[in-house]
Amino acid sequence: MKPSHKNNQSLLEQDITNLSSLGFLGLYHGFQATDAAVEKQTCCRITLPRKRRAYQGTPPADQVLLCMTNCPTLIVMVGLPARGKTYISKKLTRYLNWIGVPTKEFNVGQYRRDLVKKYKSFEFFLPDNEEGLKIRKRCALAALNDVRQYLSEENGHVAVFDATNTTRERRETIYKFGEENGYKTFFVESVCVDPEVIAANIVQVKLGSPDYVDCSNDEATEDFMKRIECYKNSYETLDETLDKDLSYIKIMDVGRSYLVNRVMDHIQSRIVYYLMNIHVTPRSIYLCRHGESELNLKGRIGGDPGLSVRGKEFAKSLAQFINEQNIKDLKVWTSQMKRTIQTAEALGVPYEQWKVLNEIDAGVCEEMTYEEIQENYPLEFALRDQDKYRYRYPKGESYEDLVQRLEPVIMELERQENVLVICHQAVMRCLLAYFLDKPAEQLPYLKCPLHTVLKLTPVAYGCKVESIFLNVEAVNTHRDKPENVDISRPPEDALVTVPAHQ
Amino acid sequence: MAAASRARELTQNPLQKTWEPYDNGLPAGHSAQRGVCMTNCPTLIVMVGLPARGKTYISKKLTRYLNWIGVPTKEFNVGQYRRDLVKKYKSFEFFLPDNEEGLKIRKRCALAALNDVRQYLSEENGHVAVFDATNTTRERRETIYKFGEENGYKTFFVESVCVDPEVIAANIVQVKLGSPDYVDCSNDEATEDFMKRIECYKNSYETLDETLDKDLSYIKIMDVGRSYLVNRVMDHIQSRIVYYLMNIHVTPRSIYLCRHGESELNLKGRIGGDPGLSVRGKEFAKSLAQFINEQNIKDLKVWTSQMKRTIQTAEALGVPYEQWKVLNEIDAGVCEEMTYEEIQENYPLEFALRDQDKYRYRYPKGESYEDLVQRLEPVIMELERQENVLVICHQAVMRCLLAYFLDKPAEQLPYLKCPLHTVLKLTPVAYGCKVESIFLNVEAVNTHRDKPENVDISRPPEDALVTVPAHQ
Repeated sequence: MKPSHKNNQSLLEQDITNLSSLGFLGLYHGFQATDAAVEKQTCCRITLPRKRRAYQGTPPADQVLLCMTNCPTLIVMVGLPARGKTYISKKLTRYLNWIGVPTKEFNVGQYRRDLVKKYKSFEFFLPDNEEGLKIRKRCALAALNDVRQYLSEENGHVAVFDATNTTRERRETIYKFGEENGYKTFFVESVCVDPEVIAANIVQVKLGSPDYVDCSNDEATEDFMKRIECYKNSYETLDETLDKDLSYIKIMDVGRSYLVNRVMDHIQSRIVYYLMNIHVTPRSIYLCRHGESELNLKGRIGGDPGLSVRGKEFAKSLAQFINEQNIKDLKVWTSQMKRTIQTAEALGVPYEQWKVLNEIDAGVCEEMTYEEIQENYPLEFALRDQDKYRYRYPKGESYEDLVQRLEPVIMELERQENVLVICHQAVMRCLLAYFLDKPAEQLPYLKCPLHTVLKLTPVAYGCKVESIFLNVEAVNTHRDKPENVDISRPPEDALVTVPAHQ
Repeated sequence: MAAASRARELTQNPLQKTWEPYDNGLPAGHSAQRGVCMTNCPTLIVMVGLPARGKTYISKKLTRYLNWIGVPTKEFNVGQYRRDLVKKYKSFEFFLPDNEEGLKIRKRCALAALNDVRQYLSEENGHVAVFDATNTTRERRETIYKFGEENGYKTFFVESVCVDPEVIAANIVQVKLGSPDYVDCSNDEATEDFMKRIECYKNSYETLDETLDKDLSYIKIMDVGRSYLVNRVMDHIQSRIVYYLMNIHVTPRSIYLCRHGESELNLKGRIGGDPGLSVRGKEFAKSLAQFINEQNIKDLKVWTSQMKRTIQTAEALGVPYEQWKVLNEIDAGVCEEMTYEEIQENYPLEFALRDQDKYRYRYPKGESYEDLVQRLEPVIMELERQENVLVICHQAVMRCLLAYFLDKPAEQLPYLKCPLHTVLKLTPVAYGCKVESIFLNVEAVNTHRDKPENVDISRPPEDALVTVPAHQ
């Protein structure tokens, strides 16, 4: 990461708040920008510690590599078809990207669909189908090549290699590929024998697959079951003895139990923790903001105001809405700011207050209008428009900081079932970006209007969103990015997108 | 549940600044604070394993961690109950499977311990009890599980399985030779007796089985953390316990804690802010660099906060370091950059409330020590994963970290002494932590304010300021 220099000024004499600092997340990106550190970073040569060879023929353990302090990680999915590998791949990728670890998934089935335009039948997957085997191997290698490009040339940190990888031989090939390129390899295996689960998976994600676009549901199911059979004979599950030197997690029966072996580093530890907390039980997550507040009306940001008259009306409407939804065992969470708690109070049910759900801290700009910010801090205002995700208010926070502090909320949301989260604009944008897989550039501009509930329901590989406006008017608090973000811009250009207020 | 026809009014708690509903002037229930993981029914953690497998090490460490994050936890070591009952330990023969007298006493101890567990969880507001004994037979575990069910506890088993003779030998040296049981024996005698003690258990040992025990909630730790088998994690607290247990290790290492060098605001007796180092602070940074060099620490990681003064300090070391925003000093909100005299003048009520309960007190628009602990939890977790680390941080932050390592309760935490220009070297040993305090011989102001005698909100200013340390 290159430090920003101003006329040979020592880094520390600059305004620290302008450093794009990742704090905790610095663990993934090596260390923060200091001159000495950057030099060390690019020139460091690391000798791999003497370690056991997982497979014969792996490179010598004392090979010298040029790499960042934290090597890229290659996650390798393992399992029969319809065991949730792609579900896990996509979810894990989404989570890692959200917490700031550049991650990409590589679905070998997708490479196959791109190469073999039309899927005919399960016979493609028969173990003695020479042509099929050749094509499938070609796809795997093409995917691995893209993995290499992503991790070694495009600054990716984690690649998720999504394929069955059911034989030890195939896994050995991938492991060697990882070693040659200086990646740490971590296997994620999903083992499931429950026929109901497998049938449900097929309905959820296979029937709608491009492979079966011209088939009836019955035809598709029948073909897919035969496809699974093609893999069963050669399936070599990760073995406690034979694979004892590999790093892996084996997920059994959709998370009833886990076998975890040789977790090597921080990112693997986080991945394991995440995988052990997710579940597939159907449920919905409701996100909304507090009711309109007194400061909202005045166009002021932050503070700890109470609800306006309309805000209190919204709280009552929310109570009615929640009642009508008839949600089983709903948990209600709020921040520790008065306006969310007032909103929850109207529901008449128990709720939990989370300090980490508090609105973004605008530091010196707390309780100001945008006009006042432009007047008093025109430079800050412009910098914020230039990079709203990373911009940190003086003595305040950035969206990037928010994501960090919201991570435990996401983890607990994954563990829970039906939850209503009553929070704030910036906080809701962060949570929404996680569920809808929105990248950092879009996150701070997601629309989260007052008095509108978003109902999120996991479906297939993603999330269905329903937006329910509860019919109580409120001010608009959404400020779009203006065209002119130059620090030398005139005030009118800065304020052109400020929404109306008292 | 039907919505209330009228939402209750909210009042802000003056100490913690949290909004609470009240009915007719009295605080009402209904809202819970998530400062920590809330446990609904109490949890009974049951250790399982042969002697010298690290059960007590894990029990104590886990108890320390849970208490630090705010979950009231207590461990119950059945061996200790036995030592209290049978004054003098004679030999391994006490543990022979056919020693009727021995079996009677041991069962009595287990029941006494369980009774204390029940009292702690059901009468004393404990949230988690750790039942530390071998519990190596399925029958014994069933008894305990039923006990848990009868009392409405969730039971979670933690088994430690290890066959590596080197590890077992090392454990015996670390914690058994010094045990009260062997106070009159030579090391060789003690080791020999203890090995025979382990043998007494082996024949009847029934490890947690994937099939037979498939309905239990447990984690099986194998070979000191090389691998884990986790089954049926039921709730948040079990998930956190599993995550913690999977991150700890026993590799010898040291953790170095220190504050930034003296800052310009320190000199003036002002709190918070983002000042740079004073002249003496810069000197300290150089001394720290020299000290670190002389220590010759293998693969030392250096962490700082994102405040200028810690970064300046780290810069002098000339090695890579990582900045953590969560290591930033406690946010004093409206009191940032004030002297204590100014706080007393402008916010006398706040100043008094803080002295009344320094751990829970939250500055207006700021934080409390309790908040700090929450935000430092990922640091502790990563410190557990790492080996040699130097953390350059701040007074309140260092107090929180130190309280974790030295198992200091919330009441003492905000008053732990963490003076400037002093490095604390923490080295895990046996069941605890050895502390070495190294003053690096560069003078600095004292920033430690003791709790004054008079904490009444009506106290005169002199009473409030009597313990303020000297400054410019």
